[in-house]
Amino acid sequence: MKIGVVISEGPYTHQAADTAYRFVKAAIAKGHEVPRVFFYHDGVNVGTRLSVPPQDERNIQKNWTELAAEHGTDLVVCIAAAQRRGVLDENEAKRQGKDADNIAEGFRISGLGQLIEMGIQTDRLVTFGD
Amino acid sequence: MTTKKFLYVNRKAPYGTIYALESLEVVLIGAAFEQDVSLAFLDDGVFQLTRGQNTEGIGVKNFSPTFRALGDYDVTKFFVEKESLEERGLSEDDLQQIMYEDEDDDWAEKPSIRIISRAEMADVMADQDVVLSF
Repeated sequence: MKIGVVISEGPYTHQAADTAYRFVKAAIAKGHEVPRVFFYHDGVNVGTRLSVPPQDERNIQKNWTELAAEHGTDLVVCIAAAQRRGVLDENEAKRQGKDADNIAEGFRISGLGQLIEMGIQTDRLVTFGD
Repeated sequence: MTTKKFLYVNRKAPYGTIYALESLEVVLIGAAFEQDVSLAFLDDGVFQLTRGQNTEGIGVKNFSPTFRALGDYDVTKFFVEKESLEERGLSEDDLQQIMYEDEDDDWAEKPSIRIISRAEMADVMADQDVVLSF
């Protein structure tokens, strides 16, 4: 089965990104496909490479980056939600006249159309959030 | 393109958090994909449709007029849960009037808002392919 995943809460404050990570790993282990994870609302903050959690804590961003590298999962960060919250890739930083970008490896910034497309192309859509 | 039934479930008050506004952004973008779109309003989400909203005092954008434009994007099914309205002391009269022109009925003006019971809401949800809850 093809499963699409939406994460709509930020890291550390809320467990959504952790639970989704465990869910995606379990689904892939069971033989399902998870072609894309869409980060929306505060979920976009999972995609910043500038987060520095204490060493004895899990690193949520790194978990996702490694998962994407291992399974080819497309990690899409919503551009509108990301711009509001200061998550930028190189192109967007340039376009907006900002002096830095912070998107993490394995993540990419794109539009809400990617969320709708995921809903059309997958058999199930699962949202993690409030 | 495959056409699926998309339901956007709105359960939160319009202001105080950004969920309602960012939900509306998805609905507007999603309209371009020519899917069968419905909106559901329940719990505090019913406040999103109340008439006469004024956000000057809190310094955020009043996005409630946008709901009236959705008919132009063929988004014409707004299911509002009766029990949620009643539990908050609201009735249909407290909601803004949202109309659309029905092209299958000689462009007759019809209301987009349909007040349904909690049990009927369950049926609406069960009938969908994709449910996005914000």
